[in-house]
Amino acid sequence: MNTGSFTSKLDAMIGWARKFSIFQYPFVTACCGMEYMATACSHYDVDRFGAGLPRFSPRQSDVLFVVGTISHKIAPVLKQIYDQMADPKWVVAFGVCTCTGGFYDNYATVQGIDTIIPVDVYIPGCPPRPENVLDGLIKLQEKIQKQKQE
Amino acid sequence: MTQEHIPIDSTETIKKTRTESMLLNIGPAHPAMHGIIRIVAELDGETVVNADVEIGYLHRAFEKHSEQSGYLQVIPYTDRLNYVSPLINNVGYCLAVEKLFGLEITERAKYIRVIMSEISRITDHLTCIGASAMELGAFTVFLYMIKAREFLYEVIEAVTGARLTISYTRIGGVKADLPPQFDAQCRNALQETRKVLEECDQLLTRNRIFVDRMKNTGILSREDAAAYGITGPFLRSTGVDFDVRRSTPYLVYDRFNFEIPVGERGDNYDRYLCRMEEMEQSMRIIEQALDQIPGGPVLLDVEGNVIPAETMVDEAKMGRIEGICGKTANVDPTLGGAGKAVYPQIEAANKEAVLPPKEDTYGNIEGLMNHFKIIMQGHGIRPPKGEVYQAVEGGNGELGFYVVSDGTGRPCRVRVRPPCFVIMAALPLMLKGGTLADIIPTFGSVNMIGGELDR
Amino acid sequence: MPDLHKKLKEKFPDKAIEIHNHRGDETAVIERGALVEAAQFLKTDPEFDFNVLMDLTAVDGLELKWTPRFEVVYHFYSFAKNHRLRIKVRICEKDAALPTLTGLWPAADWFEREVWDMFGIRFEGHPNLKRILMYEEFSGHPLRKDYPYNKRQPLIGPKN
Repeated sequence: MNTGSFTSKLDAMIGWARKFSIFQYPFVTACCGMEYMATACSHYDVDRFGAGLPRFSPRQSDVLFVVGTISHKIAPVLKQIYDQMADPKWVVAFGVCTCTGGFYDNYATVQGIDTIIPVDVYIPGCPPRPENVLDGLIKLQEKIQKQKQE
Repeated sequence: MTQEHIPIDSTETIKKTRTESMLLNIGPAHPAMHGIIRIVAELDGETVVNADVEIGYLHRAFEKHSEQSGYLQVIPYTDRLNYVSPLINNVGYCLAVEKLFGLEITERAKYIRVIMSEISRITDHLTCIGASAMELGAFTVFLYMIKAREFLYEVIEAVTGARLTISYTRIGGVKADLPPQFDAQCRNALQETRKVLEECDQLLTRNRIFVDRMKNTGILSREDAAAYGITGPFLRSTGVDFDVRRSTPYLVYDRFNFEIPVGERGDNYDRYLCRMEEMEQSMRIIEQALDQIPGGPVLLDVEGNVIPAETMVDEAKMGRIEGICGKTANVDPTLGGAGKAVYPQIEAANKEAVLPPKEDTYGNIEGLMNHFKIIMQGHGIRPPKGEVYQAVEGGNGELGFYVVSDGTGRPCRVRVRPPCFVIMAALPLMLKGGTLADIIPTFGSVNMIGGELDR
Repeated sequence: MPDLHKKLKEKFPDKAIEIHNHRGDETAVIERGALVEAAQFLKTDPEFDFNVLMDLTAVDGLELKWTPRFEVVYHFYSFAKNHRLRIKVRICEKDAALPTLTGLWPAADWFEREVWDMFGIRFEGHPNLKRILMYEEFSGHPLRKDYPYNKRQPLIGPKN
């Protein structure tokens, strides 16, 4: 029996199921939160992608949305929340501050959250437009679909 | 037969029970703490005995950055102070630098700044009420209010080219003139917002659950508010009619007819009512400003010589160039600057301080040189030595900019007087004596904006 | 305009070192030792009646070679009279300390903590003078001109 084909089919099925039931944890810190709100609300409606229900407990969420500038003071908190999330988990860096630090190159700001936690999807923009966010979300879904399911 | 009733000595029981207060840590990442802030509450049962507030989680060194960059480069950083009403920050900073120069901007630019500031104030209050209502379970209101905000964002986008972080004002004016159909679009958005506000008013103002949680919670007395330097809707809810727009009018606020809503008790419910009424007053100001604003060639289409850029491009593609010769393109502001013809109307005359229009920068050598002289390091604009403090009415109260110039191209010091900083300092005072559940509406009514609080 | 700075100069002829009115902002520089006395006067005197401390901050004059190096700036406002006044106090780096004004205006509490955090200026008698924006592990005072703007002191992660 060809188990390889079987597992890849199963993987595809699990991936399909997972990508449409994204429970997100919005780690909202700054300006990007406004665009996050706009994306989540009725006008842009993130619910269409099965990501409409934010869970405010890291234990119950699959995707960590890091929305807004991360300062050195909050960095340990972010790391702790990431560690508390159960596998499989993904991280979205929302906004240029989380991608690289943006134009906040100073003593207080972390120069990209990927120096602290692994990141799956980067959504640049200061802040990214809601369309841009949805594009990032679709890219995350593609990634979830195609990856090897644990 | 009757059983003998043994009375329980209640005081005796209390004496035996050991009581100690419990510490509860809320935040920094907590669903009801929009933004990151930490409140350590000392509880006795459900009553808050004491509270300690820790801030600074979004410290992004605005003031240090301002010292590193030229005067014009500070404007994008000001967007991100109070990111719910960025235009008011832009206006406040530019007014401060203009005060340093002693620069007077044009009438039309003043009106544009007023209109955009008031639109921003509405988006600020919408977000504040929507988010705090959501935390009390009124999710519908949140969705409705964000819908209304979306209408206003569309107007802002049409004018500035961006939704949120717009950097629209310039020292000496604004970036671009209003787009051609602005008047109608703006009035339409206001009408839509009014509808939403009416619906939300019906959903909240007499809603039993909402009123019970808001009324008589988080009370702040008038004296305490003054002692802590609290301004804005927060102070007005205690009955003081202080508004920077009225007490020290800037721009053209003294020409409008508007009221300052005041509360009586200084509780969460009064603050909610104040914010709701302020939105209505802001809309009144915008409508009056739209009626009064002095016109400009772009809106009037001078002698038929101004045509939209897209039409010109389309015509040229079709090879119909005869009609194009001798005509000026009317470039859309979202493509970087409106029609050149109207620039004198929205910019102060001082060429030492005012950036040239984008069309000139891209289109001719004089404009490019002018731009270069103002932007490049070592050149730049140089306000005379001195110090000024300029206050504007922000979404949360008096937003002050204290700018110190040493005569070079960089500010020596830019200080922001953040309105919600002092409110957060007084937060323990409001929480004390209330119950644990009151923390949420009280904190929600503060409209804490991290960017402004921690800078 | 009521010319408050001139009136203050008349009241404290030797304590008010310097007065000016630049672009309509009335300013008085007060001698360091007279701060509390002047503040008390400004708050209680019916003509001044400054019941609000609007803002409190500091300016570092290192690059401008100011002596003394720091200026602590107070902005006062009166609801009843609707007027404003700026008071400045100059202090040197070696003895960067001032008496606290938290007793007169509770608003000074957090403002003074911020000035301590950012500039390292102590406020004597302050009930809780600790860092407010930065974390306790942070060393140095970032808004001083000799603190490099990008010198990072991360709690976790690389220094980059």
